[in-house]
Amino acid sequence: MTTIITAENIGKKYIIGHQSNERYSTIRDVIANKFKGLLNSSKKSIEHEEFWALKNINFEIKQGDRVGIIGRNGAGKSTLLKVLSRITEPTEGRVKVKGRVASLLEVGTGFHPELTGRENIFLNGAILGMSKNEIKRKFDEIVAFSEIERFLDTPVKRYSSGMYVRLAFAVAAHLEPEILVVDEVLAVGDAQFQQKCLGKMEEVGKEGRTVLFVSHNLSSIKALCDEAILLHKGNIKYKGDVTEAFDRYSNILNSKTNVDIKNIKRSSDCTLNAKIVDFRLMSEGKVNPENIDSTKPIKIKVKIEAKEDLIKENIGIMLYLRDTCQILTHFSSSHWHFPLVLKKGENILSCEIASPMLSQGRYYLDCLLYYTCLPRIFLDKVNDIYSFSVTEFDPYGTGLPIGELKFYVPHSWKIVCGE
Amino acid sequence: MECSAGKTSDLLIIEAGKSEKNYWLDLIKYRELFYFLAWRDILVRYKQTVIGVLWVLIRPFLTMVVFTVIFGNIAKLPSDGVPYPLLVFSAMLPWQFFSTSLTDSSNSIVANANMISKVYFPRIIVPASSIVVNLFDFAISFSILLSMMVFYQFIPSWKIITLPFFILLAVLAALGMGLWFTALNVKYRDFRFIIPFIVQFGLYISPVGFNSSVIPENWRLLYSLNPMVCVIDGFRWAILGQNISIHVPGFILSLVLLLMIFFTGIQYFRKTERTFADVI
Repeated sequence: MTTIITAENIGKKYIIGHQSNERYSTIRDVIANKFKGLLNSSKKSIEHEEFWALKNINFEIKQGDRVGIIGRNGAGKSTLLKVLSRITEPTEGRVKVKGRVASLLEVGTGFHPELTGRENIFLNGAILGMSKNEIKRKFDEIVAFSEIERFLDTPVKRYSSGMYVRLAFAVAAHLEPEILVVDEVLAVGDAQFQQKCLGKMEEVGKEGRTVLFVSHNLSSIKALCDEAILLHKGNIKYKGDVTEAFDRYSNILNSKTNVDIKNIKRSSDCTLNAKIVDFRLMSEGKVNPENIDSTKPIKIKVKIEAKEDLIKENIGIMLYLRDTCQILTHFSSSHWHFPLVLKKGENILSCEIASPMLSQGRYYLDCLLYYTCLPRIFLDKVNDIYSFSVTEFDPYGTGLPIGELKFYVPHSWKIVCGE
Repeated sequence: MECSAGKTSDLLIIEAGKSEKNYWLDLIKYRELFYFLAWRDILVRYKQTVIGVLWVLIRPFLTMVVFTVIFGNIAKLPSDGVPYPLLVFSAMLPWQFFSTSLTDSSNSIVANANMISKVYFPRIIVPASSIVVNLFDFAISFSILLSMMVFYQFIPSWKIITLPFFILLAVLAALGMGLWFTALNVKYRDFRFIIPFIVQFGLYISPVGFNSSVIPENWRLLYSLNPMVCVIDGFRWAILGQNISIHVPGFILSLVLLLMIFFTGIQYFRKTERTFADVI
């Protein structure tokens, strides 16, 4: 098989300014900094720090390979995908790519709310690199996949969020590039939709196309990929077998001690108008325990620092709980029936979970803060904000192992004779 | 699947600092995206407007009326034998096109930030397509000029066939400055505030409300440092014919400046576009 992607020593450097959170500047800042530099030229380097999002990345991918990319927040996964799909260029090294690359870093890129579903199919298709004829040819298939026939001529701003995501994914699913680069776009949407996406992705893989796929989700990577790359702090820690990669990944996750949530690197698509600065999980009076008893209630407290009053915006907070597949999502937007109101400064939210009834294992929590409108815009997201273990779980009180059970649903059996 | 045949052989090298050799080829490959973006902008512009396209007619028409009253009737500036409204409108057309194109293209990259950070395509497509929309508006407001010609029973000379050349100049002027400003705007958001100022100021220092022949001879060269002077003078010369003469040295100076802005604009844009996704 031919090598389709060769990465030679790729590195990507960002300059982080410590003073402003915005990456763009105004002339005022530039002039002010120049003057500051003149006054005390020795301290100039303090404000800007180099950050290598990727360093010494070398790998080869052969035609037809399906490769999963895993790693913690800020490990460089998204940066790597961006370099491979030519959105940003590497600071050093080079990549050789053979064939057409389509990148799917988000579903619905370029969707315009004022345009109808039909118009958006064409527009989004063109943005993803399809030709007009290709879109025309697949138009009926796309519409059928999205299940929105009746609303084809309605502006997408009137779509429900589910319809919007379905349409967006339907277009993306009909891309036919030689190399498909997919970020964790499947993380939003309902379970049924995610299943459909995974099915489609599997199909793509089986057709012999090369797929690069970023995910936190072991089961989807297992289903889709035959190989995985583990990134850690911008370096490749491991490349090879999927299960092995995940084992090493959990070692990295477990070895972490008290993450500094406030200063952990955020992905670039977060607006950070409000930032998750502290996260606490309380169980049986203990704060942030390593092990929990999952038959007891849990209380979670999230501290959020808002830059301004966020009163009119519809904001939601979401907790993801997963071990190797997603177990629980908790959307506050669907739960509270009123939008989340954040005041400028510190806000503390709390969430109570009656008793999670999880069986033995290691669990990870993600915390996401987002605008409830679509396309989903994140204010902040922290993956693996907290992890804990359940070491003992005996819901039946028998002292025997409960086998493959992922969690326990309280229930009772009775024998009823005749009626 | 069929589209993949034969394409597998192209080898793409992504490397730091090297602008790709196939940049212009890529531009051809992405031409459909260019059409689609232009089409989107045209569609979106008139959605949810009650009188839609009429807006394109109302704005230049009313400005023309005001300018005719102020410069023609009150200030009594010479019109060189042409009805004053025609004199104003033949300049209003390129100016309106230039100013809206400049504004739109300067904001285009920031307005499409989401696309820029998620998908690859030659970035120049975005400002260029925003100019196409204004070309569409230009065509519509051209109909006002035609009806005014009928009203004043004004018959243009053979020079009218040179008009496409001057339209091209207007496009180059708008795109050239648009590329500069949109690239700068990504990095320094100050340009958001500078552009409206340039547009407003430019309307008065460019020969829109008056013929550039009112400028004293020894000031003409200095006056021609404005690249829009050659476009506007050219439009008047082509549309109004016999009565209008072009100040040749001034025209050439202005044209050279315009081309310089255009080519340096492309250069600067290409130099910075690779970092757009990182800073936007």
